[in-house]
Amino acid sequence: MTQLERQQWDVVVVGAGGAGLRAAIEAREQGARTAVICKSLFGKAHTVMAEGGIAASMGNVNSGDNWQVHFRDTMRGGKFLNQWRMAELHAREAPDRVWELETWGALFDRTADGRISQRNFGGHEYPRLAHVGDRTGLELIRTLQQKIVSLQQDDKREFGDYEARLKVFQECTVTRVLKEDDRVSGAFCYERESGRFFVLEAPAVVLATGGIGKSFKVTSNSWEYTGDGHALALLAGAPLLNMEFVQFHPTGMVWPPSVKGILVTESVRGDGGVLRNSDGKRFMFDYVPDVFKEKYAESEEEGDRWYEDPDHNRRPPELLPRDEVARAINSEVKAGRGSPHGGVFLDVSTRMPAEVIRRRLPSMHHQFKELADVDITVEPMEVGPTCHYVMGGIAVESDTAAARGVPGLFAAGEVAGGMHGSNRLGGNSLSDLLVFGRRAGLHAAEYASALAGARPAVDEAQVDLAAAEALRPFSAEPQEGAAPENPYTLHQELQQAMNDLVGIIRRDAEMRQALEKLAELRVRARRAGVEGHRQFNPGWHLALDLRNMLLVSECVARAALERTESRGGHTREDWPAMDRSWRRANLLCRLADPTEGLAATDPVRGQIRLVREETEPIRADLLALFEKEELVKYLAEEELYE
Amino acid sequence: MTTYDASFRVWRGDTGGGALEDFKVEVNEGEVVLDIIHRLQATQVPDLAVRWNCKAGKCGSCSAEINGRPRLMCMTRMSVFSHEETITVTPLRAFPVVRDLVTDVSFNYQKAREVPAFVPPKGVAAGEYRMQQVDVERSQEFRKCIECFLCQDTCHVVRDHEENKGAFAGPRFLMRIAELDMHPLDAADETGLDRKRTAQDEHGLGYCNITKCCTEVCPEHIKITDNALIPLKERAVDRKYDPLVWLGNKIGRRSGS
Ligand SMILES: Cc1cc2nc3c(=O)[nH]c(=O)nc-3n(C[C@H](O)[C@H](O)[C@H](O)COP(=O)(O)OP(=O)(O)OC[C@H]3O[C@@H](n4cnc5c(N)ncnc54)[C@H](O)[C@@H]3O)c2cc1C
Ligand code: SF4
Ligand code: SF4
Ligand code: FES
Repeated sequence: MTQLERQQWDVVVVGAGGAGLRAAIEAREQGARTAVICKSLFGKAHTVMAEGGIAASMGNVNSGDNWQVHFRDTMRGGKFLNQWRMAELHAREAPDRVWELETWGALFDRTADGRISQRNFGGHEYPRLAHVGDRTGLELIRTLQQKIVSLQQDDKREFGDYEARLKVFQECTVTRVLKEDDRVSGAFCYERESGRFFVLEAPAVVLATGGIGKSFKVTSNSWEYTGDGHALALLAGAPLLNMEFVQFHPTGMVWPPSVKGILVTESVRGDGGVLRNSDGKRFMFDYVPDVFKEKYAESEEEGDRWYEDPDHNRRPPELLPRDEVARAINSEVKAGRGSPHGGVFLDVSTRMPAEVIRRRLPSMHHQFKELADVDITVEPMEVGPTCHYVMGGIAVESDTAAARGVPGLFAAGEVAGGMHGSNRLGGNSLSDLLVFGRRAGLHAAEYASALAGARPAVDEAQVDLAAAEALRPFSAEPQEGAAPENPYTLHQELQQAMNDLVGIIRRDAEMRQALEKLAELRVRARRAGVEGHRQFNPGWHLALDLRNMLLVSECVARAALERTESRGGHTREDWPAMDRSWRRANLLCRLADPTEGLAATDPVRGQIRLVREETEPIRADLLALFEKEELVKYLAEEELYE
Repeated sequence: MTTYDASFRVWRGDTGGGALEDFKVEVNEGEVVLDIIHRLQATQVPDLAVRWNCKAGKCGSCSAEINGRPRLMCMTRMSVFSHEETITVTPLRAFPVVRDLVTDVSFNYQKAREVPAFVPPKGVAAGEYRMQQVDVERSQEFRKCIECFLCQDTCHVVRDHEENKGAFAGPRFLMRIAELDMHPLDAADETGLDRKRTAQDEHGLGYCNITKCCTEVCPEHIKITDNALIPLKERAVDRKYDPLVWLGNKIGRRSGS
């Protein structure tokens, strides 16, 4: 039996971004003793980087907005592949979740009559995004962080201990979810600072670990985004859903090289910024797809009028959903009409006065000035697509956020799949975090309390195995004469392969090549070795993260190879059209390898098994929210007549 | 693209002590100090400990001292140094070292807990909050804070005076008190909590002698001293010594809202 520290909690939340913190607040308010664990310092999770806003149909700026319109926009954005019940709950509950933040001290930008101001964003019919300049994520995470602190202050008053019922384990990482038979029994963790292992025993675990962007070379995501939660779920026996759908945000910085991929918020376009190619042309007018033809302006004049008079004009095509804009930029660059550093131009300088730019887009102004020597009030930015968000994720029950097939496991936020279908609209993530974070916390707490005394026990053999697995990089032995591998090198090769072979435009042969490369990397990753000791050792942590990135990358590549159509965040050059018969198909990824990721070097079989599943028909009253003419574009014949 | 080899001197060590180590490392056009630290990790010292997340000045993780000045590594461009210069990177001095460039910043989290939370106004339901932009702007400036703790590191009250840490919240958390105090709907006074007074009595506002060093290092360009600390001091003084002003403020505030 491995000697390590053990603690008992009712609910363990893995992740301290918007989803994790909202889940923890809810679980604690339901009376569950709740532990939150996160890889970085408290308050630094990825959510802090979100810029543009939170989508919620409060109708403060245009009273025509309501949850039905938001639901419609979300389904259109996701090309109807969304788990519709999630999209419904999300649209219905988002306003309450935003208003609640104000009661915890959030200070959003205001309208003239003192309500929360809302801004335009791609794919949203009305101004819908609550925001604070372009630092909305910071406001969100700080508000949740301060709410947690206030709950801790309550406990301090009541029990004399801030951490009596809610504790944050910062700079700690979960490497395994533990189970007894099929039920969750806890989490195996290490502490970065000391390298010590510990076990949190709990019947309910909420995964809220965010995304997978660090498997791609050009990305807006931070080092934390190694797909840990996705991998933890797979290893615990839960399936992942629709992993082929990866969002490439159309506007990332392209120069200088060291900042390539860093996000340029969509608010730049929402507030009036336009895209131009090297000929100075607003090329987006050439890229409005048929399904969206009636909804977007046909001339620059009409598009420009829309900002002032949205009721009588159609919106400019710069505000199409992200997948459309990203593909358009990609085509322009390929056709030789790109900017000097391989992007296109995004311009606000000719569109509004310098002082308005500085007020509405302060952090973009700052970011370009400091990092690229570009003053966006006088010259255009250069931008290009960057890997930004994963729509795919853990398959969950819509109402409870429970992971399918593993009692006690829950998932919320970017790590959960389904909500956004094949493409997420901007602003719909922050609202998703709050709506489903709360639901996950609620149901995890209920599940834990229903078990009462009959909690699953921690299996010692699993703890021993997890410890051995985590220590392996220190004893990586040269095998058959081959030297230990440098984890940084392996990571770079993985990122390059995913970027080049399973990136924004996909081809059959390249994805097969990617699977070969992943198999090779799996073999080499077994020899990943590290220097130094266990205290705050980034090389070691990367070596452990490789397991997760390899699993998740394989899911993306395999599912992308299987789906022979183009839809949302999945574009195939060899299957360029959307195919209605694929609309009802979900691809589930399950772990195939019985040794759980330690072997599996065969490129053909690999570690992942795909299962195809037919989705539930969309509820009739929700379908009735759309015009028949629109539905024909998405739904298969038989669905229309059901 | 210009590429050259720079001389870096990086502090390496842990709780048991350490020393500066010299490195030669490649630098490319447009890079920032954090890029160079990452290159050192990837090519020479894989276990070099450093914190970072966003690489865009938004998360406040990568704080360190560069040539003795508290800065964000991801927002310090290499082009501000000459090619010949040796660039020295050391951990934040005001906090105990954990390892290499990583320090134990728990002091800040402790202080955060000691500031009483926002008190929602009674009888105002969620969704019914009404505030004017001009009224929220003052607190919004302080909420731009990314908690990099550079101001906490630089403030002389604690920088070389460990003994003051117990009594002094530091500029970041005194500013948090000012933020709540200026929040148009915070109802703390209705619960008998006078935020200004506690700033003075419990969080060590009196130690601050408005040197403005904190404002100078703030990467968010928040006017910590002028906009948060000085107003807090002025009103703390008012309140302490003039009960009539105190009463007047309270009444004015009630009827104004
Ligand atoms: C630059 C940028 C701008 C964006 N802007 C917007 C926007 O304007 N509007 C919008 O709606 N969306 C936006 N998004 C998307 C949105 O920010 C993210 O999808 C969202 O914040 C994810 O939140 P989360 O709670 O799921 O995860 P995160 O906030 O990423 O938190 C994940 C947490 O899990 C922890 N974790 C991960 N693995 C482990 C492990 N193994 N053990 C322990 N802890 C672990 C991490 O430490 C972290 O605390 C943006 C994204 C980026 C990158
Ligand atoms: S102004 Fe006050 S808080 Fe700021 S550095 Fe000087 S003494 Fe410290
Ligand atoms: S006030 Fe400025 S320097 Fe201080 S922690 Fe906040 S952002 Fe950093
Ligand atoms: S890495 Fe986020 S501020 Fe530097």
